[in-house]
Amino acid sequence: MKPTALALSALAGLLPATALLAQDAASCAAGKTLEEGVLTVATGNPAYYPWVIDNAPESGQGYEAAVAYAIAAAMGFDGDHVTWTRTSFDEAIQPGPKDFDINMQQFSITPERQEMVDFSAPYYSSAMAVLTTQAVVDAGAEATLDSLKDLVWGAAAGTTAAPVLEQTIAPAKSPMLYGDNADVTAAMQANQIDAALFDLPTALYLAAVMLENGVVLGQFPAEQAEDPDQFGALMEKGSALKPCVDMAIAAIAEDGTLAGIEAEWLQDATGVPVVQ
Amino acid sequence: MTDKAVPSGPTRRALYEARIRRRSALIATLSTALVLAAIIILVPMAPGWEAVKKSFFNGPVLAKTFPGLLNAFLMDVAIFAWCAPLIAVLALVIALCRDVRAPALFPLRLFGALYTDIFRGLPVVLVIYLIGFGVPGLGLPRPWNSPYIWGSLALILIYSAYVAEVIRSGIESIHQSQRAASASLGMSDADTMRFVILPQALRNVVPSNMNLFIALQKDVALLSFIGPVEIFRQAGVYKSLMANFTPYVGAAVIFLALTIPATRYADYLMARQRRRRG
Amino acid sequence: MSFLSLRSVTKSFAENQVCKGIDLEVEKGQMVCLIGASGSGKSTLLRCINLLEPIDEGAILLEGTDIAEPGLDPRPVRERIGIVFQSYNLFPHMSAMENVMLAPRRVHRKTRAQLKAPVEALFARFGLAERMHHYPDQLSGGQQQRVAIIRALAMQPQIMLFDEITSALDPELVGEVLDVLRQLHAEGMTMILATHEMGFARELADKVCFLDAGRILEEGPPEQLFAAPQQERTRAFLSRIL
Repeated sequence: MKPTALALSALAGLLPATALLAQDAASCAAGKTLEEGVLTVATGNPAYYPWVIDNAPESGQGYEAAVAYAIAAAMGFDGDHVTWTRTSFDEAIQPGPKDFDINMQQFSITPERQEMVDFSAPYYSSAMAVLTTQAVVDAGAEATLDSLKDLVWGAAAGTTAAPVLEQTIAPAKSPMLYGDNADVTAAMQANQIDAALFDLPTALYLAAVMLENGVVLGQFPAEQAEDPDQFGALMEKGSALKPCVDMAIAAIAEDGTLAGIEAEWLQDATGVPVVQ
Repeated sequence: MTDKAVPSGPTRRALYEARIRRRSALIATLSTALVLAAIIILVPMAPGWEAVKKSFFNGPVLAKTFPGLLNAFLMDVAIFAWCAPLIAVLALVIALCRDVRAPALFPLRLFGALYTDIFRGLPVVLVIYLIGFGVPGLGLPRPWNSPYIWGSLALILIYSAYVAEVIRSGIESIHQSQRAASASLGMSDADTMRFVILPQALRNVVPSNMNLFIALQKDVALLSFIGPVEIFRQAGVYKSLMANFTPYVGAAVIFLALTIPATRYADYLMARQRRRRG
Repeated sequence: MSFLSLRSVTKSFAENQVCKGIDLEVEKGQMVCLIGASGSGKSTLLRCINLLEPIDEGAILLEGTDIAEPGLDPRPVRERIGIVFQSYNLFPHMSAMENVMLAPRRVHRKTRAQLKAPVEALFARFGLAERMHHYPDQLSGGQQQRVAIIRALAMQPQIMLFDEITSALDPELVGEVLDVLRQLHAEGMTMILATHEMGFARELADKVCFLDAGRILEEGPPEQLFAAPQQERTRAFLSRIL
């Protein structure tokens, strides 16, 4: 079992038996969703690999799509009673009524965000990873903090990568920030930045598919981070559904469903060296 | 009445006008106070006000992010500062291209027309992407592939097209008789343009150009699409970290602190010009 | 050979023929007045002589040389022929002094220092010494028109053209401008005036030409033309205006 799932199951272990959890979760959600008997899940527009495959969450393919169906099932919604909607990050956090029950698009849980919205218990703990190109590696870049400091850095502005970059690497030159992942890779392709920080699954995907000669140079494992990057499902502040979702996540972590989904959809990252 | 000597005090007319002025001032004050009171009392009564306030007008968030926003705004000011003079020069060249009459220079004229048509017809963001990522993507070495250089160039190309059109309209607004007067003295076309037409034309278009440069100050933020962390991007980062829109409001306040006085000044210049012409 | 001589000058704007074969002789030092209704072609004729409008047919001989030959550079000619317009056309962004100095500086390549004394003398001569550093919008119409005359004179032209230069002035300002013309005439300047000031024309002109529909219908010394016009249309015009 992966360290991620281990941590979650430890959390679940504080609660009674698994079967009981699932049962509680199932009865819990009644009357608390937007539409009775249906769970409305939001994802990004577009939703990216490997979180959602082919931008089609209805298929249940991809890590977050699969987790969403697992959570729904644990709360007593079968596959036909899950509907999908799309929101940007801004729509997800804007004040006023939401048009989703839960919103899953790699939202990192932070105390500041929790002032404004609710998050479920984490469904994934992400390592941060350094995406770069073969040319930069050939020029001598290594997976050490000293070496990384001197690179020109970029990150996607809307992610927690931007502050993590400042905290853990503290680059010599102020980093460039971009609107989305595609712009980050465009800047790297244009040789305007040397490296960018992403969550590990995204970095692996970008290196393999989006970037010519892309390399994941190193990772900062979640369990070693002081303040690990954990993804939670976002809900309206004070959502009545939150305890139900938390119970559901505890249940699927406990019975191994979550670990199974991770094994299926998230690439094995043991080959990526840890940044020293 | 007409037989009377000139009165020493205010005239009947002056007294009447003073009375009307007092009344208008009173009515204006009252109605403004009413509207303000309505806003202050009614808006917080809306059911979602607390949520909106927390999300957009959050004091602690503003206090925490404002210094960072102000710092990022220096980047906007710097980009503006190096773009504006280059825009002015390029725009003048383009405007003059469009005014050349010699047949041998027709290509210049055609170039000027195409240039203004193309760059006024394109969305700013598109040009910034195209030039900011596209040109460096051709394989330029550092530091020549910097997004600051190419992003600024995109702004300069677009804005000089607009400014050139304004300058051209200024040139055309100078009455033909000025050209005739200059020509009648034996002045060459080039000297006529340089000493007679342009000084007047440029002065006439100062207010319109002020408005364009105010727009430029705002569009500088679009450079953030290709990497530079200026105030808009910094606000976005804060927004994303705190799930709170207040940093955008802070950025707006900083922008307004600069653009409102500038807009007012442009309006003042425009009004002064109208008075002069009238 | 006259100093300036026009030979069947014709000029059209699109379909509209404004000058229909005009002949005119002007001797050195003469003051010639063109009179006639608005639209009779007076202004256009003056603009043609200054080459601001190219003529279609005919010739304009200045000291025997055809200056209207197509393709000739008009600039050296314009230096020799000054023109003053009805609407002054001063450059509003320059002081009176700068207005006057601009063309000598740019065309004759003289410096401000070289020009200072003669230009100041010109201003003094026409009673504007106090107004040299004023801008056009700080001057009365009469003063502006006198500055415009000084501006043309500063190029030291051999002949001056005046296009209804008092028509835009308030009546009480007309006199000061006409005084300038009187002075110039006394100094021997060759001048052609398009004018509605019949009294002035009668008093000072050496020759008066009555233009009608693009032709010089009648010309002669003022006493003859005003007192005993030969043509019916001249008589009608004069009776309307006097």
